[in-house]
Amino acid sequence: MEFVDSIVLSSCSVAAYARLKRSEGSATPDGEFSLISGLALMHYSLWSVLREGLSGGRGWTPAWRDPEPKAEYDAIIVGGGGHGLASAYYLAKNHGLTNIAVVEKGYIGSGNVGRNTTIIRSNYLLPGNIPFYEHSLKLWEGLEQDVNYNSMVSQRGVINLFHSDSDRDRYVRRGNAMMFEGVKAEYLDREGVRSFAPFLDFDNARFPIHGGLLQRRGGTVRHDAVAWGYARGADQRGVDILQNTEVTGIKVEHGKAVGVETSRGFIRSKKIGLACAGNSSRVAAMAGLRLPIESHVLQAFVSEGVKPLINQVILYGAGHFYISQSDKGGLVFGGDIDGYNTYAQRGNLYTIEDVFEAGMAMWPGLGRLRMLRQWGGIMDMSMDGSPIISLTPIDGLYVNCGWCYGGFKATPASGWCFAHTIARNEPHQLNAAYRLDRFATGHLIDERGTGAQPNQH
Amino acid sequence: MRIGCPYCGERWNDEFIVLGDADALMKRPGEAQFALFYDYVYLRDNPAGRHRELWYHQGGCRQWLVVTRDTLNHTVHSVETARCVAQDREAAS
Repeated sequence: MEFVDSIVLSSCSVAAYARLKRSEGSATPDGEFSLISGLALMHYSLWSVLREGLSGGRGWTPAWRDPEPKAEYDAIIVGGGGHGLASAYYLAKNHGLTNIAVVEKGYIGSGNVGRNTTIIRSNYLLPGNIPFYEHSLKLWEGLEQDVNYNSMVSQRGVINLFHSDSDRDRYVRRGNAMMFEGVKAEYLDREGVRSFAPFLDFDNARFPIHGGLLQRRGGTVRHDAVAWGYARGADQRGVDILQNTEVTGIKVEHGKAVGVETSRGFIRSKKIGLACAGNSSRVAAMAGLRLPIESHVLQAFVSEGVKPLINQVILYGAGHFYISQSDKGGLVFGGDIDGYNTYAQRGNLYTIEDVFEAGMAMWPGLGRLRMLRQWGGIMDMSMDGSPIISLTPIDGLYVNCGWCYGGFKATPASGWCFAHTIARNEPHQLNAAYRLDRFATGHLIDERGTGAQPNQH
Repeated sequence: MRIGCPYCGERWNDEFIVLGDADALMKRPGEAQFALFYDYVYLRDNPAGRHRELWYHQGGCRQWLVVTRDTLNHTVHSVETARCVAQDREAAS
């Protein structure tokens, strides 16, 4: 149980870490250390909030640096989203690599980590998935203390509704699969669901609610703060976060990765990790790789803000619809992807209608609310609906992609496993099933059982 | 997004079902050619820009179509029937 360590480790404060680094002296070159320590001393706590509150907030320092790219790094992560930043953070924290860059073409957190429905859960069915997502949930539980950043992790419970006897069997099976892997799942009958959410349409003529599967440890997280927390944590450990630096080419010599061409010049590195979500195929193509990925748009929605109305995350079982309430009061919800290949971060009206119809069938009261906004994000839909965290045929090139529309909840474990894969040049047992070559060998992880049709997962 | 069906005229895309990359899916190799068959089933170019794809007009003429569409802005450039595309390909080979 090697991976348990990093969950408990989190009590080590950043200030203590900075002191440790200082006492080590020769661990890093002097110039580099002074640059890092200039920011590393800012530890967020109740005391720092009080102090800055009373002194007009003049003491706050930027949460991460804006460094110039070096000529060479020990590892480069392409993509400054949640997964990329988490990967850099765990490379530095768990594997002692600190000469790392995260290369991001825009600003960090400007992709899917900034545009999702913020749900975390580990109620999966298949063996390759449950331990991985459960590890992720455990990392979520310790994340704020670990990175010293308030990510508003809220374990408010996730309820999957079922609407027929066969539906019930399906969810009981899933609950049993979870329990078998040590993940607590609770069966709710109709009255059990009613005690949490009396406003649902229990007597819907076509899809009455018969009960639900509850995972109490599931919930929501403030998504932007995840990117910012990991960025700050990685920066404090010496990681260079290079924003507005677009990768334009990946240089491969004799089957080995040697560096990346960027809009700010060539950067050498023998280890390059790609965490590019919807743009994975485009970036991998720079190294001559074709991936089992299609890019699709997923839309999400927020209503006007209202008083606390719904305390859990609720998922409709008769269609695809999931809803929760943000701390600002807006109802946050979404449904299926549009279904066609696209890189445009916008979708079409029929999917919006479909999502709202499912919502209205589950919770008729939704019709009284006005919608505030709607947006789309580009999903890296894999051919079996499960992710890829893997070595590639090119030495020193690693891919982290295929998150479909479930990547947010996986952010900590994705970074944790990707860091392990990059540092050791082999997958951890938690991501051993997420190999790129599983499609060739037939070891697919098809949660939904729909085959090699990305828009059906 | 609206697609100009050669038989039915311009229709909203909710009348259609999309299958995917037409160039990949219309070149089915023999099952004995393992590497090619793996490519055919799983690997996609997934381009940002022009993309030729198979759409089925379920809510209309029920014909398979090859739609050339821009994945960056959803502009539909051309629509042909899959039958014509397949016949042209056979004639060319």
